Amino acid sequence: MNTKTTFSFARRVVLGFLASILLAASPVHAQLRIEIVGGGSSQYPIALVPLKGEEQLPQKITDVVAADLSRSGLFKMIDGGGMPVIPSEPGEVIYPIFKARSADYLVIGSVSPLPGGNFDVRFRLLDVDKRTQLTSFAYQITPQQLRNTAHKIADAIYEKITGDIGVFSTRITYVVRKGTRFELQVADADGAGPQTVLASEEQILSPAWSPDGTRIAYVSFERKKPIVFVQSMVTGQRNAVANFRGSNSAPAWSPDGRRLAVVLTKDGNSQIYLITPEGGNATRLTSSGGIDTEPNFSPDGQSIIFTSDRGGSAQIYRVPVSGGTPERLTFDGSYNVSPRYAPDGKSFAFVQRNNGRFNIAVQDFASRQAQLLTENSMDESPTFSPNGRIILYATEVRGRGILAAVSSDGRVRQRFSAEAGDVREPAWGPSIKNP
Amino acid sequence: MNKIRINFAAISVLMALLAGCASQAPKEQEPARVETGKPSITQVDPVVRPAVKDPVATPVKPPVVSGNPLKDPGNILSKRSIFYDYDSNVVKDEYKPIITAHARFLTQNRNRKIAIQGNTDERGSREYNIALGQRRADSVKQMMVLLGVQETQIEAVSFGEEKPRSQGKDEAAFSENRRSDIAYDGE
Repeated sequence: MNTKTTFSFARRVVLGFLASILLAASPVHAQLRIEIVGGGSSQYPIALVPLKGEEQLPQKITDVVAADLSRSGLFKMIDGGGMPVIPSEPGEVIYPIFKARSADYLVIGSVSPLPGGNFDVRFRLLDVDKRTQLTSFAYQITPQQLRNTAHKIADAIYEKITGDIGVFSTRITYVVRKGTRFELQVADADGAGPQTVLASEEQILSPAWSPDGTRIAYVSFERKKPIVFVQSMVTGQRNAVANFRGSNSAPAWSPDGRRLAVVLTKDGNSQIYLITPEGGNATRLTSSGGIDTEPNFSPDGQSIIFTSDRGGSAQIYRVPVSGGTPERLTFDGSYNVSPRYAPDGKSFAFVQRNNGRFNIAVQDFASRQAQLLTENSMDESPTFSPNGRIILYATEVRGRGILAAVSSDGRVRQRFSAEAGDVREPAWGPSIKNP
Repeated sequence: MNKIRINFAAISVLMALLAGCASQAPKEQEPARVETGKPSITQVDPVVRPAVKDPVATPVKPPVVSGNPLKDPGNILSKRSIFYDYDSNVVKDEYKPIITAHARFLTQNRNRKIAIQGNTDERGSREYNIALGQRRADSVKQMMVLLGVQETQIEAVSFGEEKPRSQGKDEAAFSENRRSDIAYDGE
């Protein structure tokens, strides 16, 4: 009973995400040109009945939920309006109406004002055929939490129906260049509410979220050399955590948030070290005569993949966090860089150069097979969505940096061109579930 | 003079070593086009020039930099950039006099410190380019140390591809951006 409608959902999967990222990041509206490759898939037909009382809100919650779900490409939105009485409890639902509209799923709920200006928001996800409740939540929130609550509702619906982790309530960070100025921004995954968390006259590079989403490590050139900082997203406080002689760069968090891998040159060439997020205790991890950089922890925290030219060309290696001999993972071509573990640890995304073009690829650890996912010329900085379904990356169109996305199975490739804006260095934040 | 001759011999040995190393260096870019072999900004000739080129534009200004050899356009010490071929951190012969001059200045002025800032063109990973720029800065530092400069006087750092001198997208622009810059303390 689940899925009925089949059509080419390719154009939808990440389009919305990125369209809104671009709109948010650009001073003028982005003009999108989208390349679509990929086949069809099925969609879940779902009807969202307006939440009872939500018309009093500045923005309707169901509008945000519907936008999230339809952008995912996995849902077909069925008209949930036109009821003589808006049902907000299961007993009030006239199921045949939604059956006639070919909806498999139905969302109902209510918004009630609380003393002090807060709201009580409730929703239920119902199975139309079985006339049963699949899930429900109630939230007591401030007006400022309305959008985020809508994203959480969309996540709950997405997770219950698809069995996969929803990423609508996650956040992303990226660097925007505005003339000679650089800003580190954080926005919702749908691009809404971009906030500048750091503005600098010098470059900002390589932002990386702590696993709990409360801190971002990044490289700043504000002191005329690359230095690694960690900044709290809660208090705004920032500390230089790797400021050794020479260059300090490429921060990566361990999954438990207790260590940072960084690249230092204090002892000579660029090598990987482990430090604490407070800056203590630099322990050298790699020892090569060449370049070792771009470390990234495995999801289980046991290994680090990184870029090295120890074999004569830039290739990707894996080394146990406890030390040992690195194992080379890539052999195809002379330039494979910027590795990032998939959230399930079974594959990694990276940048591969082919005939002077830089593209995003994914390689499976078990089969060692690599698949090229993009076909622009200047693709870089891949970052996985927390559910592993989407890879966000930076690319260039007419000399300007933009963000783009590709589904991690390679079926959907998209390119977005914007008339203005220079965006780079994306990093997708973690999925934080509040019980 | 004797000392200088020794220094140049030392550089030759060093260059041979560096050339050996550099052959293992990863490619910063594809060797796609005909290499011009010359960066678009090259000025190594230590010929004395007038401090002010256009007297009409600044008729009353004295040569303000005359007391500072580092700023005197007629002094080789005012030259601060070493440019590289693609895929290379080898210092070409035409830039060795610049490095030698700065090394001599630093050995005579032990209280002075410099940063050597390595740079790359824009192609490839930003983080990997930081490492490549570091390698360029390190090679200049090694030459200077060989010429007698104290290690504590030099900090080799990298800007990667982040501070291009030219914003262009062609080989001429890229060759301007593949460079090491020498910056003195307080500058």
